[in-house]
Amino acid sequence: MSAPGGRATSAPLLGRDEEPTIFELSKAGRRAWSFRTGGFPETDVEDLVPALHRRPDPVDLPEVSERDLVAHVTRLSSRQFSVDLGAYPLGSCTMKYNPKMCDAVAALPGLAGVHPAAPASTVQGWLALLVELEEALCAITGMAGATLQPAAGAAGELTGLLLMRAWHEAQGRPRHTVIIPDSAHGTNPASVTLGGYQVVTVASDERGCVDMAALHRVLDDDVAGIMLTNPNTLGLFEEDIAEIAAAVHGVGGLLYYDGANLNAILGVVRPGDMGFDIVHMNLHKTFATPHGGGGPGAGPVAVAERLLPFLPGPRPVRVAGGDGDGLAYDWQVPSRSIGRVHGWHGNALVLARALAYIRANGADGLRRVAETAVLNANWLRHRLSGVLDVAYDRPCMHEVVFSAQRLRRAYGVKASDVGKRLLEYGFHAPTVAFPLVVDEALMVEPTETESPETLEALAAALEAIVSEAADDASVVTGAPTSTPVGRVDEARAARRLVATFDARPPAGD
Amino acid sequence: MTTYIPHTGEDVADMLSFLGLASVDDLFEAVPDALRLAGGLGLPPGRGEPDVLAELEELAAANRARTDRMVCFAGAGAYDHEIPAVTRALAGRSEFVTSYTPYQPEVAQGVLQAVFEFQTMVARLAGLPIANASLYDGASAVVEAVNLGVAASGRPVVWLSQGVHPHWRATAATAAAGTGHDLRTFPLADGVTAWPDPSAPGVPGDDPPGVVVVAYPNYLGCLEDLAPARAWCDRTGAVLVVVADPVAAGLLRSGGDWGADVVVGEGQAFGTPLGFGGPYLGLFATTQDHLRRLPGRLVGETVDTEGRRAYVTTLRTREQDIRREKATSNVCTNQTLMAVTAAIQLGWLGTSGLVELGRRCAVATRVTRDALLAIDGVEPYASAPVVREFAVRTPVPAAVLLERLAGEGFLGGVALGEEFPGGEHALLVAVTERRTRAEVDAFVAAVARAVT
Repeated sequence: MSAPGGRATSAPLLGRDEEPTIFELSKAGRRAWSFRTGGFPETDVEDLVPALHRRPDPVDLPEVSERDLVAHVTRLSSRQFSVDLGAYPLGSCTMKYNPKMCDAVAALPGLAGVHPAAPASTVQGWLALLVELEEALCAITGMAGATLQPAAGAAGELTGLLLMRAWHEAQGRPRHTVIIPDSAHGTNPASVTLGGYQVVTVASDERGCVDMAALHRVLDDDVAGIMLTNPNTLGLFEEDIAEIAAAVHGVGGLLYYDGANLNAILGVVRPGDMGFDIVHMNLHKTFATPHGGGGPGAGPVAVAERLLPFLPGPRPVRVAGGDGDGLAYDWQVPSRSIGRVHGWHGNALVLARALAYIRANGADGLRRVAETAVLNANWLRHRLSGVLDVAYDRPCMHEVVFSAQRLRRAYGVKASDVGKRLLEYGFHAPTVAFPLVVDEALMVEPTETESPETLEALAAALEAIVSEAADDASVVTGAPTSTPVGRVDEARAARRLVATFDARPPAGD
Repeated sequence: MTTYIPHTGEDVADMLSFLGLASVDDLFEAVPDALRLAGGLGLPPGRGEPDVLAELEELAAANRARTDRMVCFAGAGAYDHEIPAVTRALAGRSEFVTSYTPYQPEVAQGVLQAVFEFQTMVARLAGLPIANASLYDGASAVVEAVNLGVAASGRPVVWLSQGVHPHWRATAATAAAGTGHDLRTFPLADGVTAWPDPSAPGVPGDDPPGVVVVAYPNYLGCLEDLAPARAWCDRTGAVLVVVADPVAAGLLRSGGDWGADVVVGEGQAFGTPLGFGGPYLGLFATTQDHLRRLPGRLVGETVDTEGRRAYVTTLRTREQDIRREKATSNVCTNQTLMAVTAAIQLGWLGTSGLVELGRRCAVATRVTRDALLAIDGVEPYASAPVVREFAVRTPVPAAVLLERLAGEGFLGGVALGEEFPGGEHALLVAVTERRTRAEVDAFVAAVARAVT
């Protein structure tokens, strides 16, 4: 068998010293900066800024040589796990490999060097790119049109809820509640509040899906809509989705699709065909744009035909036969637009990467992405049955949720301990303690880009950790010991908040 | 076609056999037949990477307004600043690019420490003690500041200066449809906000503001005395939000020094390319009083089990994954890579570099403004002092002028637009440290030709 490509235990992490902050590396008078020769007169700040507005002292920033800056940041980078280093089975985050070709696209001077306020006539390439991406995303989701403005999934959710609100107001029947399953991501209820609605939670049944009887009990004509992730956060497909859609539409509500798990169904089934009216996508998950340590993402929102007039604007549009100015593409504000949801046009360079990924994979390739992601998750589920408890013992989609409840009861080993120990086997931890409906959840999403060899190594590592829990639980509960730092004192961080270098207590304190 | 999937045909067959399945279709048994997509996605088949790159290069080539082909005098919140090779190289390291939110601090000290350094730098720029780990952009930072201010004051009335970027105000208005906040915009007069006269009868009446938002410098590039806004806050108990340009902040009194409760801004200027408007970087700083209302992530310093310094996301009980519908904000994924980039760029600039950056912008701005105003028919739009951007009235419509200038190789600025009185005949011009005297002279000559 080949060696696993996704295990990172050979990474050369030198030493276990602290890395000083850049402020501690600073020495007055050192500098790294240089600028173009401007050829302007040497004018003092005093002559340029009126006294009322002048800063009395310069901003205190670190003064370092370029060499020291590079060394510092490079050392920081070596203290960081990443997809490029090894497998990152963080459930619900779809940490798949990020193709380098897409980075090359985002670096093209004709894309990266374009000002967002440049006249439409001078940015026809960008407008075409955005229109083509919108069309591709609509083909993938089965929707009629989309906004590319939302900068991340949560921004997409709020946009969707504001579209929902505008729709109901336009019908002359404002509503007050939005239904969310108890397995939903935390962003869903937080977005519902910001959308001006009240959250109504609906329970999951023993299958791990929406409890239909419970749903019918909470459905009434005050329900603006329901937010669903399908497959849901348990990695299970909501088989009753057609019935759910009919019931929600039956009371005049709308269906919102949280695209966190879209990777599982690419080319297999489309949210629009399931009955959803509003769909957000996380391009940083499904379409492989890099997560950047926690962003940037992109959260486009696609809608059904009847919601098109409400989309945020201005929207990039194709102009049939050219418009009055002879342009093939231009900006247009939909007739009943909810307005802007971003300072410009969205995270454009992320959008460009996503289009490149979609073009490279194509219709056939995207279907294979979903198939392989689901194959990998099911293989892991089956491989680890008997090793870890599966929360819902039935075929899963792109991710599988295990429970460490038995390990906790027998050995005092929690899901988070398993995750910490897994780091030492060269893998990022799964998502732990989520979804909330599973006790001691370990949510594993291998994605399609991990090989069978990597999956086997990951499974073997989890198997070994379960054995360790039985033999000597302290090996697991004390992990990790070989990482740049050991377990961090999170309680102390909150109790004695030091959120800037300047808030650090004096040495010896 | 291209694939990023490692599985061979044999791998797939072995795995299916392990699962006791006959085909990959069987994996989707849970999806009702009636819903399944027949005939595949309506997209072209996959292509090789060189073909895809060629397609995207062709689209890129169709953009005329690119900084390597057109000299950029456009600003309005997005600026053509120097991005040195060192920032590009470090910010492009795949450990930062391909990681995610630091949920496992033991293997995420790189991002966590970089963000801690970023928070320190933003707090110092703002003159306030706390800064978060970033928001999406300047617009989202304004929205979050308004939400914080309303929650803190308990009053939904928001006074906004017209000097706050029009797109950011528009974004706040969109969000207000959900929150129910009552946004009221106060116009600019000769470049500074015309707040209500505090001595006028019936002001502010029985619905005083809970939040006051003012920009520094404002959209027209003008510097205004922030004391009147602060005075209104003192009188009404409102939260003062200062939208500050972080490059100009190198020269100007900080928001904190003016008495701001919250300072927000757009951090694109620190190492992030123009990129047609994103991804950018929302900056957010505030006082200790509002710590528990801070939106989004916050990195704090702590120790590990061996007493070594370590970093971790903290005060997490504010956040959506724990507080759910009671969270201070719904933000989850933010713009961490841009925050790391800004920390690198500010490390490259250092104390002296930031001052020199601001000074060079200010000198070039003054020279350009004076030269443009010497052209017959070009008049100042406002008389208030400026440091890095300014507006002028033009004898031809700004849109026409911009088309003419584009033909001569200049992105000449941003049309002020109809929201501002006479704005269709007014141009907003930004001059960064990347502009040379020769470029400015050529630009001024082109404007002179274009307006006659």
